[in-house]
Amino acid sequence: MSPRPNGFARALRRFRDSAAFAILVSSIAGVIGTTAVSVAAAHGAQLPRPRWSADERTMLKSLSLTSLQPLAPDPSNRFGDDPRAAALGRELFFDTRLSGNGKVSCATCHVPAQDLQDGTPLAHGVGTTARRTMPIAGTAHNSWFFWDGRTDSQWAQALGPLESAVEHGGTRAQYAHVIAKHYRGEYEDVFGALPSLVQVPRNAGPVADNAARGAWQRLPSTQRDEISRVYANIGKAIAAFERRIELAPSRFDRYVDTELAGRPHDSTDVLSSNEEAGLRLFIGKANCVNCHNGPLFTDNHFHNTGVPKSKLELPVDSGRALGVRQAVAGEFNCASRYSDAKPDDCEELTFAVTEGDELVRAYKTPSLRSVAARAPYMHAGQFASLNEVLSHYNRAPAAPFGKSELRPLHLSPTELSQLAAFLQLLTTPIATPKGWLEQPSTHVNGDKGHVNNY
Amino acid sequence: MQSIRRTYQLGILAAVMLATGCMMFARPPKDLDYSRTRLSAAGAYRATIRPQGDTIPQGKLHRWVLHLEAPNGTPIDGCQITVDGGMPQHGHGLPTKPKVTRDLGNGDHLVDGMKFNMGGWWVVKFRIATATGSDSVVFNLKL
Repeated sequence: MSPRPNGFARALRRFRDSAAFAILVSSIAGVIGTTAVSVAAAHGAQLPRPRWSADERTMLKSLSLTSLQPLAPDPSNRFGDDPRAAALGRELFFDTRLSGNGKVSCATCHVPAQDLQDGTPLAHGVGTTARRTMPIAGTAHNSWFFWDGRTDSQWAQALGPLESAVEHGGTRAQYAHVIAKHYRGEYEDVFGALPSLVQVPRNAGPVADNAARGAWQRLPSTQRDEISRVYANIGKAIAAFERRIELAPSRFDRYVDTELAGRPHDSTDVLSSNEEAGLRLFIGKANCVNCHNGPLFTDNHFHNTGVPKSKLELPVDSGRALGVRQAVAGEFNCASRYSDAKPDDCEELTFAVTEGDELVRAYKTPSLRSVAARAPYMHAGQFASLNEVLSHYNRAPAAPFGKSELRPLHLSPTELSQLAAFLQLLTTPIATPKGWLEQPSTHVNGDKGHVNNY
Repeated sequence: MQSIRRTYQLGILAAVMLATGCMMFARPPKDLDYSRTRLSAAGAYRATIRPQGDTIPQGKLHRWVLHLEAPNGTPIDGCQITVDGGMPQHGHGLPTKPKVTRDLGNGDHLVDGMKFNMGGWWVVKFRIATATGSDSVVFNLKL
């Protein structure tokens, strides 16, 4: 008769038969496997060809730029794919006359030589904003714009900074005058006849400045509507320009495409053991791919990740909680009179979550395309380096307010450096028509020179 | 006794996961029922979901048809239906607020605004109210 097993032995036996035991065995096997590869690498041995499971291959394919669907028309902007609108939008993007002080254009913060952002924690227009400048390439595929998603189209996004007191600092009446004086032909070719602006003051709009706002309120509603329509068309032209700023394959894309096609890698797409380990972490244990998914490495949604407050942040920056209310009430949203969409086309807006604790201090998941070349990070540039970002996600501190979705990752310093190595692979060239991001020459020497008449 | 055993196993599993640095919420429970036809909690309805295009896409708005019938097969129309859901292991809800937008007849109800923004285990819950009472049914999805 065998002795009756004690409680610990019974628990151990049950554990042996459980799913937990299977996971422990596979975890130990994984550690041994990883160690073997590391030892081989340390001795300069030829690494075996990376093997990805069927699920991993599906995941890799979903992240490759080849999985990006062709850009669908924006139903709210029927001029979005009109080359004449795009050419006009290009002129406007670089034109500093579209500002209160004649010195700020879209390109002031969206710098062509810097991945169309400015490399500073907070953007500087006529003043300083509360947020980090976001890049533009590939964003025509997005559903929501700005860190808090307060607009639902690229053209509505373009209008926000133009009337912001700290960005372009101008008014829509001023911009309508600029169009009438300098772009009448190009504008009317696309959008039809401009309204008469004879009775329209040089500065008027629903802006912070009291004088300009008062002038706006004194205008008849029909005239306000006509000017707002010109203003909306400015946004639509800029969006048509921005829609042509796309992404070209990165080293990561070339690696995935070659790997999945079963072709041998060459020096342009082979991964180092660190980079490959980082990729495995990214799609596995580090959970990055939960939110940074799809070919643009974003789920186009909003998350509270416990990012600390910025020293220069607004007293209360509630992120998506306010942003979604602004989007729903937006003067230029998909359902507005200035949109070209039918009501059924505005599903993102119609079915948006508009309340709930999850929205508090939630910000948009940024694309990780070219992330390594785009410090500082987060919505107000709170982190100076990728290492700081990765350390934040590893520790998962509590949010300043609202509730962080993160859990500590318990990654080792080596694993964090592997993730950083992988992120370097995502540096993605911009693809545009030739000369698309060069300052239009007419802005320098021609009759459209930098004279701030309005 | 069964529950004590289960607690033991889950405790050991948690310790193992912690020791190996794995995230508990990375894997859904193994015994989830992913069937697309399910009986409601109190047994009042049999519900079937038919996602548009059959395969549930990630990151795209799409439609479902929810078919409701009594256990004897009688279609259920003219009811109030609300939709809710989320990712139990992540602690967040659906990224959109789906709604039943049309009664298609014969027990079919059009659900608009469905979207799932990440891979993993999702649940979608329908609360169904008729003159005779209310009940709910939960579907598990693996994306």
